[in-house]
Amino acid sequence: MATATVAQQDSAIYEHHEQEHHEHEHHDNFITKYIFTTDHKMIAKQFLITGMFWAIIGGFLSTLFRLQLGFPDMNLEFLRPLLGGWIDEAGKLDPTFYLALVTMHGTIMVFFVLTAGLSGTFSNFLIPLQIGARDMASGFMNLLSYWFFFLSGVIMFISLFLKTGPAGGGWVVYPPLSALEQAIPGSGMGMTLWLISMTFFIASSLLGGINYVTTVINLRTKGMSFSRLPLTIWAFFLTAVIGILSFPVLFAAALLLVFDRSFGTSFYLSDIYVAGEALPNTGGSPVLYQHLFWFLGHPEVYIVLLPALGITSEVIATNSRKPIFGYKAMVVSLLGITVLSFIVWAHHMFVSGMNPFLGSIFMFLTLIIAVPSAVKVFNYLATLWRGNLIFTPGMLFSIGLVSFFISGGLTGVFLGNSAIDIQLHDTYFVVAHFHLVMGSASFFGLMAGVYHWFPKMFGRMMDAKLGYIHFWLTFVGVYMVFFPMHYIGIAGFPRRYYSWTNYEFTNMYTDLNMFVSVAAFITFAAQAIFLFNFFYSMYRGRKATLNPWSSNTLEWTTPLHPGHGNWPGEIPTVYRWPYDYSKPGAAEDFIPQTVPLSQTPESNLPHEQEQVKLELEIMKEEAELLVANGSKH
Amino acid sequence: MYGFLIGVGVLLLLSVIWMVYRIQTLVSVVKGSDKKLETTSNKVNAFLFIVFLVGTGVLMTWYSIKEFDNYQMPVASEHGVITDELFWITMAVTGVVFLITHILLFVFPYKYQYKEGRKASFYPDNHKLEIIWTAVPGVVLAGLVISGWLAWSDITAPAPEKAHVVEIMGYQFAWEVRYPGKDNVLGDYDYRLINASNSHGIDFTDKNATDDFPSPKVVIPKGEPVLFKIRARDVLHSVFAPHMRLKMDAVPGMPTRFWFIPTKTTAEMRAELKDPEFEYEIACTEICGRGHFSMRKIIEVVEPAEYQKWMAEQKSFVQQNPAIAQGQKVEVKEIAGIEKSERNK
Repeated sequence: MATATVAQQDSAIYEHHEQEHHEHEHHDNFITKYIFTTDHKMIAKQFLITGMFWAIIGGFLSTLFRLQLGFPDMNLEFLRPLLGGWIDEAGKLDPTFYLALVTMHGTIMVFFVLTAGLSGTFSNFLIPLQIGARDMASGFMNLLSYWFFFLSGVIMFISLFLKTGPAGGGWVVYPPLSALEQAIPGSGMGMTLWLISMTFFIASSLLGGINYVTTVINLRTKGMSFSRLPLTIWAFFLTAVIGILSFPVLFAAALLLVFDRSFGTSFYLSDIYVAGEALPNTGGSPVLYQHLFWFLGHPEVYIVLLPALGITSEVIATNSRKPIFGYKAMVVSLLGITVLSFIVWAHHMFVSGMNPFLGSIFMFLTLIIAVPSAVKVFNYLATLWRGNLIFTPGMLFSIGLVSFFISGGLTGVFLGNSAIDIQLHDTYFVVAHFHLVMGSASFFGLMAGVYHWFPKMFGRMMDAKLGYIHFWLTFVGVYMVFFPMHYIGIAGFPRRYYSWTNYEFTNMYTDLNMFVSVAAFITFAAQAIFLFNFFYSMYRGRKATLNPWSSNTLEWTTPLHPGHGNWPGEIPTVYRWPYDYSKPGAAEDFIPQTVPLSQTPESNLPHEQEQVKLELEIMKEEAELLVANGSKH
Repeated sequence: MYGFLIGVGVLLLLSVIWMVYRIQTLVSVVKGSDKKLETTSNKVNAFLFIVFLVGTGVLMTWYSIKEFDNYQMPVASEHGVITDELFWITMAVTGVVFLITHILLFVFPYKYQYKEGRKASFYPDNHKLEIIWTAVPGVVLAGLVISGWLAWSDITAPAPEKAHVVEIMGYQFAWEVRYPGKDNVLGDYDYRLINASNSHGIDFTDKNATDDFPSPKVVIPKGEPVLFKIRARDVLHSVFAPHMRLKMDAVPGMPTRFWFIPTKTTAEMRAELKDPEFEYEIACTEICGRGHFSMRKIIEVVEPAEYQKWMAEQKSFVQQNPAIAQGQKVEVKEIAGIEKSERNK
């Protein structure tokens, strides 16, 4: 609470300062403006650029292992300059390094790209702008949040170049494999760096999350009640709540793993005979780690997904020129998902050896969470229905997201059913499922957000046509990569396999795997179009107008290049919800949140007409207060 | 030289793309079409959604039918028939939802693409509709869950007493199989007893261990309950017998189990698939290190009579390697006891 009060005072001082010296910007030097900045907008851009860097690395790692899976007989000698000893004499990829690639791809994509890159970027950028705040509750904590993330990234990056390789036990790093260097070389220094890196990452994400929650609760502008929050803010707010409650549990899990690895404890280790030696550890349980890990791991799915859904809600409503259908239902389903996300974790563990009775309980809870997800899909469809749809690149990516959310969500109904999961667990069916519903859907949310808010970030427009090409290549590409994996999964192909030729039941589908790999290469290459568009438009794009998408939310009332503090002069007051699009009677097809109801009698609904009186009274009181304040000086 | 020419070609291609891009940008500025909303691009994008819907719909249907026999794995266990049925029921339900929602999702963009002068409907909510589409998925899912739960309860119920016990132990990177012998009770084990001649860590002072025997493959009788007792020696592994629809993690320090009834012998399956080479297989599905992809074990399902015959032919650990039992008094006595009782029969 203390920080919040201080911040409020800060912003009050700031406001005061601004009123006295209009537009008098204090001059930042390069370091305080671009590096150790406390401006939420710059921090958001730092998260975005870092996230893009990691997305390229993570995507590139996937092309390496897709090369192995699609073209197992290929001579990979040409990769030797890059991978060195990981290519053996015969020109083959080392199987241990294959596992390291898979592990790093997962870790990077889940944590660095879709958690930091998505939530870090848009929570930071949009929360103050959309709720009408000067900055985050604590700019300094926000700064720390980014730099902890940066440090965590540096450590993870270094681990890629170790002689023994980075962590290689899968992104879930289950012990005993991740605890025993004798079992896999990546569990040596690579795993140590993984744990250190994740510790910094958890700190970063907690600092960020606490800030988001505090800011949303305390720093909303006048009139911005919770029921008038854009769905983006609802999503970021609940995402931060989930993160605050679940990341500490991952920290606990990691800490116990550190103890087991370095200090001879037996939290996860028991009865192990490895490398010709019986270890002294007894009494530990690897299943304990799985419970702790998935207590974060499952909410993590929603940490990644909810911001994307929030962004989509906003972008779809704006570009359909229609209010989002069922605002309350959307908020309630977000809340429902938030609560339920904490009590479904063990559906990742149906065949882990835990008591099957627990499996039954988690099966029931898991399929309950499908209901709010279904409601969200229907509400998106109803929003599109009878709209007036403008296909900006952001809108296209949002529609793509809904498609992935449906496709990947429905396969979740199979996997959430423990009886069916026996066969599908840890096969490519699971890979297809979560890459669609969590990976691609969230990635499309990220893209939708970048295209939609680029004008606010950089004051320029991204090229729409390149955006269309980027969208269609990526949309078709993602389906071509992940849809065939369902067939492979139903056929029983296990995950994290270096090669499938050892078994009769998987000694097929070489053609399909080749197809998937080629599709993956094309999809990855297509992202170059985006990168070009992004950086080129940053400097040479067309100058944006103040409100290029004719949107209602507050961020579009700021100047083209908002300074630190966002609004010169007073922060606007909010008089209505953010979804008054195409209101009957209104002249334009949008009414920004800052337009008082009293100014739009022609379009007010009956219950709003009643609020007008109250609103006028408040405005009168405020005017008096302003006059009184003004006379003091 | 080749590389140089290719480089020049790529450069030329890129510069052509670059010029086209600049020209189209400038043209759109001159025409002022960047300010219009009802553009050709908007129409093209709307139309592409329909193309995508039809294109991928046809592709999916064609491939799903063409490849059905390939990805639909034959089933050879009693509970597998039930879980397969659940799988296909779920597929039918979700398939219908998948089609309907996707048709709406891609037809709406085409139908409601931007038109100058038209206004979108102001339609913020409809409680009746929302209640319906909350309740219907709720009921349907409840149906699926309950049927899944019934099946799950049966599958995970305790194994029948007469079940044939087989112990499967995972280690980097293979499986070892142990049978309990005539008494159908596995002898104790302790990981500290593991050495070069006792890879299972069997405790030979336990009399139940004396008739335990190893086997290079898993041999089980058709039509009778089989109980897999699963354990791991070093890291996590997972026993996956795809044709049996069986999967269970092998956890160091925590033995797990899975029981089932095989329904087709290997010979019957070979005849059915017209594949004389066919074998039931076990794979590992929990990442366990470098050789994770190569932990193959064969299951041979035989007729019960054949199974009994095979059992009788097997030699126990002790018989194979009397040295491991030497110096363990309890155990030597027990062997003598068994031999005596057999002679008396």
